[in-house]
Amino acid sequence: MAGPHERLEAQIDQWRSYVQRRRAISAADVDEMEDHLRGRVADLVATGLDDDEAFLVAVRRMGNLDAVSREFAREHSERLWKQLVLVPEAPGHDAPGPTWRELAVVLALAVGAGVAAKVGLATIHEDTALLRNLPLLTAPFLAAYFAWKRRVPWRVLLALLVPYAVLAVVLNVYPYDTGGSTVLLAAIHAPVVLWALVGVTYVGGRWRAQEPRMDFARFTGELVVYVTLLAIGGGVLLGLTGATLSLVGVDIEPAMEGWILPFAVPGAVVVGAWLVEAKQDVVENIAPVLTRVFTPLTLVMLLVTLVVLLTAGDLAGADRELLILMDAILVLVLCLLLYSVSARDSLARAGWFDGLQLALVVAALAVDAVALTAMLTRIAEFGLSPNKAAALGLNLLLLVHLGRSGWLLLGFVRERRPFGALTRWQTRFLPVYAVWAALVVVAFGPLFAFA
Amino acid sequence: MRFDKDLVAASATPLVLGILAEGESYGYAILKRVTELSGGRMQWTDGMLYPLLHRLERLGLVVASWGTSEAGRRRKHYAITPAGQEALAERQQQWSVVADVLQHVWHAAQASAPRPATADGWA
Repeated sequence: MAGPHERLEAQIDQWRSYVQRRRAISAADVDEMEDHLRGRVADLVATGLDDDEAFLVAVRRMGNLDAVSREFAREHSERLWKQLVLVPEAPGHDAPGPTWRELAVVLALAVGAGVAAKVGLATIHEDTALLRNLPLLTAPFLAAYFAWKRRVPWRVLLALLVPYAVLAVVLNVYPYDTGGSTVLLAAIHAPVVLWALVGVTYVGGRWRAQEPRMDFARFTGELVVYVTLLAIGGGVLLGLTGATLSLVGVDIEPAMEGWILPFAVPGAVVVGAWLVEAKQDVVENIAPVLTRVFTPLTLVMLLVTLVVLLTAGDLAGADRELLILMDAILVLVLCLLLYSVSARDSLARAGWFDGLQLALVVAALAVDAVALTAMLTRIAEFGLSPNKAAALGLNLLLLVHLGRSGWLLLGFVRERRPFGALTRWQTRFLPVYAVWAALVVVAFGPLFAFA
Repeated sequence: MRFDKDLVAASATPLVLGILAEGESYGYAILKRVTELSGGRMQWTDGMLYPLLHRLERLGLVVASWGTSEAGRRRKHYAITPAGQEALAERQQQWSVVADVLQHVWHAAQASAPRPATADGWA
């Protein structure tokens, strides 16, 4: 389009690049708005304005770009995931401080979590008591980071203190039978409840809102990625140091158990949380890749599991551990599903990957059905034990969650439903797991006589 | 005429859905239709239409597809879905109740307003 409209083209190009700088507005949105701008300019030119005038009026009619991009941001929060805050804070409302201050807070909290873990290790000598209390001791430091970062109001923090205190009392006051299964169940389920409490601080106390919940699910996935990276790096470093020191006759093992691990593990979680917050751009590129790599692999794994289970014959006699493992596999599938849902652009069309995901959910449902049958026959044969009740409960929750996810995903693949329906179902169902975990911790002890 | 922001926000969804119920359309044409239907009395900030359309798309009330304009450029077309039709019917009922009630209130206000002013002789 050279010639008479050259200047107009240049102006539109300039406008494009200006709009494109807003992270909430994607390239496709700019295309759409450009089409609009051109339509408006053409109409104005037809009424007698020249190109320059028409362009100015059209841009003006488009509205204040800050306001428009804020509207886009509200609608596409996943794009703004990398921007930390949904709406840019008004000037004068001072932000949580410069980076070095945040780093100082993070390091202090990481050390604090380490000290808490160390104190726990030094004062509690019984294994299961330690298992019950370590998450209790370290979780507050992560929650404190978010409370500081998101400026969670005091009344929310005080309200969070209540379930935390109940959890701490229940875990330590119940007369558990050492070596029994209720104590282990409580120890395994308590972190889930604690994670939900951390989640409330993560969303800044807005626990009823659906969108931030998805952010928290995304955060959890990325945290796992970061902590794994930190663990691998730390492991290599420690391995090399240990090997070098052993050559000169120094054994690193006691220092490792006594000091390095108690500080490194909780510290890595807090630092990992900070990294996820600070470096979201990096992971944003990893998340879709990871889910695309692991979804087909997990599908293969599920199919193999299914075939093995179906050909193994009588499952009632199957090892109890097999059923627990299957629960773990299903939880993994669910995490993968949740992670990919959280990383997906909700407006993108259904593609082959969504079909693959549907296959994954269907396979998981089949495995779940087999596991449930085996579990029910075991229960019919040997009666209900705390372990079986916990596994059964989790299985039923997974069945409901996966079943409805599969249904909604099918609707989406057939273009009958928007992707948003699947997202909403995920966020709505998440708290159910926390409630179930709380129930296991609080009620299973008394129900099964602390066996 | 300047409209209150909240009023625009509340009326935009049924208006857009109603225009799309007439047939598939695209952003600028929807906006022109709004101006046309209101005789130019109602004008939106152009840019705000798009986040709204995307929200309706996410909610499954409309579907979008990319096509080309007469000039051969990329253009995003929107069409209403059955769910959108349902939502439109529901909104229509709600708005007719609101309009109805407002009508009554205006009448009542008109009937009673002038009297006290003249009777007291203040104004």
